Amino acid sequence: MIHTHTYDVVIVGAGGAGMRAAIESAGKVSTAVITKLYPTRSHTGAAQGGMCAALGNLEEDKWEWHAFDTVKGSDYLGDQDAIDVMCKEAVDAVIELEHMGLPFSRNDDGTIAQRPFGGHTRNHGEAPVRRACYAADRTGHMILQTLYQQCVKRDVEFFNEFYVLDFLKSPDGTQTAGVVAYDLRTGDLHVFRAKAVVFASGGFGKMFKVTSNAHALTGDGPAVLYRRGFPLEDMEFFQFHPTGIYRLGILLSEAARGEGGILRNKDGERFMERYAPTIKDLAPRDMVSRAIRQEINEGRGCGPDGDYVLLDLTHLPREQLDEKLPDITEFARTYLGVEPYNQGVPIQPTAHYAMGGIPTNVNAEVRSSATDIFPGLYAAGECASVSVHGANRLGTNSLLDIVVFGRRAGLAAVAYAMETAEHAELPANPTADVEAMLSRIVGNTDGESAVKIRAELQNTMNNNAQVFRTGELLAEQQQILDGLQKRFDGIRIDDKGKAFNTDLVEAIELGHLLDLAEALVEGALTREESRGAHYREDFPTRDDENWLKHTLVYRNPDGSRRFEYRPVTLGRYEPMERKY
Amino acid sequence: MEATIRVLRYNPESDAEPNFVEYKVPVDPMDRVLDALHHIKWNFDGSLSFRRSCAHGICGSDAMLINGRNRLACKVLMKDLPGTVTVEPIKGLRILKDLIVDMDAFFESYKAVMPFLINDEPTTGKERLQSTEDRERFDDTTKCILCAACTTSCPIYWPDNSYIGPASIVNAHRFIFDSRDRGAAERMEKLSGADGVWKCRTTFNCTNACPRDIDVTTAIQQVKRELIFNKV
Repeated sequence: MIHTHTYDVVIVGAGGAGMRAAIESAGKVSTAVITKLYPTRSHTGAAQGGMCAALGNLEEDKWEWHAFDTVKGSDYLGDQDAIDVMCKEAVDAVIELEHMGLPFSRNDDGTIAQRPFGGHTRNHGEAPVRRACYAADRTGHMILQTLYQQCVKRDVEFFNEFYVLDFLKSPDGTQTAGVVAYDLRTGDLHVFRAKAVVFASGGFGKMFKVTSNAHALTGDGPAVLYRRGFPLEDMEFFQFHPTGIYRLGILLSEAARGEGGILRNKDGERFMERYAPTIKDLAPRDMVSRAIRQEINEGRGCGPDGDYVLLDLTHLPREQLDEKLPDITEFARTYLGVEPYNQGVPIQPTAHYAMGGIPTNVNAEVRSSATDIFPGLYAAGECASVSVHGANRLGTNSLLDIVVFGRRAGLAAVAYAMETAEHAELPANPTADVEAMLSRIVGNTDGESAVKIRAELQNTMNNNAQVFRTGELLAEQQQILDGLQKRFDGIRIDDKGKAFNTDLVEAIELGHLLDLAEALVEGALTREESRGAHYREDFPTRDDENWLKHTLVYRNPDGSRRFEYRPVTLGRYEPMERKY
Repeated sequence: MEATIRVLRYNPESDAEPNFVEYKVPVDPMDRVLDALHHIKWNFDGSLSFRRSCAHGICGSDAMLINGRNRLACKVLMKDLPGTVTVEPIKGLRILKDLIVDMDAFFESYKAVMPFLINDEPTTGKERLQSTEDRERFDDTTKCILCAACTTSCPIYWPDNSYIGPASIVNAHRFIFDSRDRGAAERMEKLSGADGVWKCRTTFNCTNACPRDIDVTTAIQQVKRELIFNKV
């Protein structure tokens, strides 16, 4: 059965970015938020360490310093107009969250507490600066809860456990018409007509085996638009967070190092002193992850397989751990049986964050090419690429990104909806493509299940598209993905029912991950340089002459890919060598 | 090692009522119960349905009744569950399919306590100040992840979803004891009414169930005391 709804603005996703957009939109124009999870289940809640803003509560700080650090952290691939906007608006964004009720940790004088974080420095790299505003080590949880509370206050209309599977354009292909969603509870399809659509659907770390990402993070928004002919930007830049719990990948916040934690190899050596003499353990994530991999590769890893290093918190006072890092110390106890009071915590790099995604400008308007925007379509948060993170995101800037650009997406969508008199016409049969996909998956009787294909995807991406990459490994991975795509065409599921068919959902999610993995791998193979999180052992230096540009990847109708490039928006900070 | 896991299964499209199905699952002692459920789903029967997302105790999706106690499936390790493991949906809410229950009543109760900061005083461009002592007063209740483990462990709640339940009181507490909030009087009606805090019989089930180690019963008692002595 097909249901049709009509709203001015439809927001896809209810994490930080989606709900921040909804707060702007609800009450001004009719708004629906469609989410495949309950809003408070979103992965914003897993962010721990903080949200940077140059409040200067404990020492001198300036938003321009924050912008410089972000540009340098991005390895100069970030667009400096967008970075200026984010770092300048950061201060008001934090104050606004406080006014909304966010329970920040406090300094003795009652102001918002701040601590150091990787890559954030005083006066262009002199020393670490206390810039990250935090609520213990559950800052993301508090942001998610606060934004949900504000949505409850404003009576925002949510469609929980509705999975958006298609984006609809007007019949002439020039305007936003709406989305198609699958109701998990009933199996029914719903067409949502909308003047403006905001994608805020999160990341896609589940293409890797070891990841900090939730099961739900399968890149649904980017994949839906990619299949509809939209480009994706800078997909080859995927962040590996240095400190994931050994084997499980669960995040242990950089705040652990902000509070004084130290990384040690099997000899007990503080190895980051060799890699980043000035800021040591608080170097940006790409550098720390590579340093850890290098220690492991050169035989200085810990354990019987020598495949992890230790996060040492044992020199910190227990009260400090209990007060400032209660959750992550609990994770170490629960999942590893390790007591951080007196034992080092085994960690390894974990797939964490997509710098790339749906390309947008500073107003969250989605780019349909290097030069054009698509009317009525917006994106914000991890699914988007503004690009404020460039080739490597600094810690805390993701929480900032979702609040700043979630708000901007909401404002822009409202303005567009208000100035657009009529809803665009729907295509002739708006659910046809989704129905075809669903009936193919449900109808297959003799293919293989998603399980093996997914496991092979995750294992091979983990091996071949990780912290250190080579042309050879990436080419091999391309072949592997080709094979997995063919097997996916014949995928079979056990559950043929309508109610909560999570078997079907997992199959659809796998399809999204496969498409995005292809874009990531081919982007990485094409980009013959090393920049930020993308490190090619066969091209180990940054090449500004040829590669100071954003990658846009398109999916051709036959599934192959084509590339286009977009210049980086430079500004005050000229590219220079990146040393810490 | 091999674990025996009994799961209460229910398919609304084919079953008249829920039934236990037993599975023999190869597990590592350090596996989470969630890993074992995934093993069943991914190897034995893809139709097994349950909610989960973050898999490390933060998103609150996978509260289940595990060996008679409400737990998050991602936060209990198999090594801590000797013998046959029994997994059922949380109680007191309608089962929709297998381990998935209807959460609507739970979230309606949450909304009833006005779970948002109420303060219409004008603000400046700066943060409101709050002392570390004032911040500490409600620290515990800010940890809530709305997983419903507490509310659905409460014997008062099982037969009567009109009781607002522990989770809603925890979230009311989070604002009542926040020095910045001015909405206590507005919340009083719901909290002191027939479906409010006075239905609590202090059984401590909620405290035992909380995967975030929130001292739920203490929070409820503090709200009761506030209603009596400070007439919020």
